[in-house]
Amino acid sequence: MLRIFKKILTTGVVTERFSLRSHAEHGNEDELEQLGIQIKRHIDKQFSGSIAIRAVDAGSCNGCELEIHALNNPFYDIERFGIHFVASPRHADVLLVTGPVSRHMQTALLRTYEATPNPKWVVAVGDCAACGGEFGVSYASCGAVSNVIPVDAVIPGCPPTPLMLMRGLLGLMGVKK
Amino acid sequence: MSSSNWTTDFLSQLSTDITVIQIDTASTTLWQIESHAWQRFAEQAVQQNLRWAAGWAEQVDSQFFINTCFEKHGEYVLLRTIVDDSSPELPSQATVYPAANRSERHTQDLFGIKFVGHPDNRRWTRHQAWIENSYPLRKDFPVQGRPVGITPPDINYPFIKAHGAGVYEIPVGPVHAGIIEPGHFRFQAVGELILNLEERLGYTHKGIEKIAEGREPESLAKLAGRVSGDTAVGHCWAACMAMEQAAGVLIPPRAALIRGILAERERIANHMGDIGAICNDVAFVFAQMQFTRLRELWLRTNATVFGHRLLMDQIVPGGVACDLSNESCALIMKDIVELRTELAEVILALDLNSSLEDRLYTAGFLSEEIAAAFGTLGYVGRASGQDKDVRRDAPYAPYDQVTVKVALETQGDIASRFWIRYKEIRTALYLIEKFIDQLVAGDIRSDWQIPLAGSEGLGIVEGWRGEIISHIRFDADNKIARFYPRDPSQLNWPALEKLVLNNIVPDFPVCNKSLNGSYSGNDL
Repeated sequence: MLRIFKKILTTGVVTERFSLRSHAEHGNEDELEQLGIQIKRHIDKQFSGSIAIRAVDAGSCNGCELEIHALNNPFYDIERFGIHFVASPRHADVLLVTGPVSRHMQTALLRTYEATPNPKWVVAVGDCAACGGEFGVSYASCGAVSNVIPVDAVIPGCPPTPLMLMRGLLGLMGVKK
Repeated sequence: MSSSNWTTDFLSQLSTDITVIQIDTASTTLWQIESHAWQRFAEQAVQQNLRWAAGWAEQVDSQFFINTCFEKHGEYVLLRTIVDDSSPELPSQATVYPAANRSERHTQDLFGIKFVGHPDNRRWTRHQAWIENSYPLRKDFPVQGRPVGITPPDINYPFIKAHGAGVYEIPVGPVHAGIIEPGHFRFQAVGELILNLEERLGYTHKGIEKIAEGREPESLAKLAGRVSGDTAVGHCWAACMAMEQAAGVLIPPRAALIRGILAERERIANHMGDIGAICNDVAFVFAQMQFTRLRELWLRTNATVFGHRLLMDQIVPGGVACDLSNESCALIMKDIVELRTELAEVILALDLNSSLEDRLYTAGFLSEEIAAAFGTLGYVGRASGQDKDVRRDAPYAPYDQVTVKVALETQGDIASRFWIRYKEIRTALYLIEKFIDQLVAGDIRSDWQIPLAGSEGLGIVEGWRGEIISHIRFDADNKIARFYPRDPSQLNWPALEKLVLNNIVPDFPVCNKSLNGSYSGNDL
């Protein structure tokens, strides 16, 4: 147990507001913090403090899922901005949909959309969700998410990095006034 | 393990009513037999402990080629038979090799080839996106298909039923509670105990094999990198290796070493993610936080050095896309030293934790016999005594220049699959150091040569999940005629149905995570 406490203490807070090897991401060291503050302001104003996201993989290669997961790691810690992931569409304000929509997932996605209470927004995450990406439309794939359900915002990238995801979510706040 | 020439012995012991035509190819041992002997060959193969590694079909003019890849002692043999498209049927190998079960069902759904005597010939990859008796991978099936309106759910799939006092069913998915891929699990349980689990996959089937047709090598490599996003390097490498074999292109030594570095970096990133997630599934958040932190640092170095966090599109036909500067090498080396120190601290804390021990030891047990029967691969197989690793058993450049120490465990529980991953991270760190030490100057990409129409190649690499087998056949004009990637998940998923038995339903997530199959890589 002491070892665990020691590791926690010596690791400290890595959540990014300061430079911790952020050279890898777009140069600007304060960008994450800035983005987060803007998002938080919108969320406070429009959603009384928090938005609930349901991630739906409608047929992706799982690359986007890995980066959405990363939003919850201690560097990004997206929950501090009032954004959290929920286990059911019934609890959600936002559906984060990845992948080209495979035809085998078409009905499941429609039902998930119907199960989400209004008002609801849909964010298409990744190139495949945005436009079909590498897979396009075929006998097995409906292509872009907008071919199946209405989409409010798109976050392109293959896959989008966690910073791109945060920027995209902010964009959504801007769109929906 | 040196090649032991089992092939000669095997052929001499083969019963005389099976005629094997040996076809000379540059790289692969190819044996062709009559289709009626398909099953009998498998019966003799299983007696000689050949491992069933992959199976797929392809249409060539008015014939179907049906292929099975066997392995023993690191030597691979491609077995082929040809059937006419007027009556495409042959005896099933799934009666002999359980590993062949889903693969044959996939071929049945997509080609309409009937495997006679198959123990379970329900549809598998097909749900309702295309109608019965139409077969997407046949050449006369249009890539756009004939979709009519919204694809209905596959509600009439005949799941196995269980009856009895107190037996109940839990259907889960395809949309899951976490941020994971879609699939359906049907549990039968009594109280908390799992009596039976049936997987229903195929939800992420997006026609990868079909849309590969007609692509050029470069574009095929991009697609291969997206067969399973977490295995971008592994699948891309296997596909490029197959294409290079078909085209007779040799990659420069420097490119091979960089490929090795990429593959080991991918292995480490995924293993770290998994170790954290396994602990998280038993509510031990400390480990999850530490490992997602270490993984993030690792991915950031990927972005700095290679320009992509998940290393997509770094491997290209003929070599690699990105060179390594001296500064990059120094950064990678520095990272390795830091990661070793961090791991030593974190892993020690986990090892000494009794609550983790309580949940991980003996849970999700997979016996050696079942692992062998299903041809279970990678860390799942190696945690259950399956001593297989392509990097050591059938080494390809750059692994032919180093000694790969393969971790092995025999307890077969979740803890074993946890520790195997940790040991593999250590080996991978060592390998990256070796490859950087040996990094020779030179080109990173060879010129492409357009392969002859009909030429084929078989790429076999050890991805982070285990052995990946990729088959490529070229058409004229540098175009792909057939691409089949066999992700290790295809052979590992059935093991999950076995290892959850007699565990409690609430332990399913951690059992599932300890195996971590790819849905996308399985469904194609």
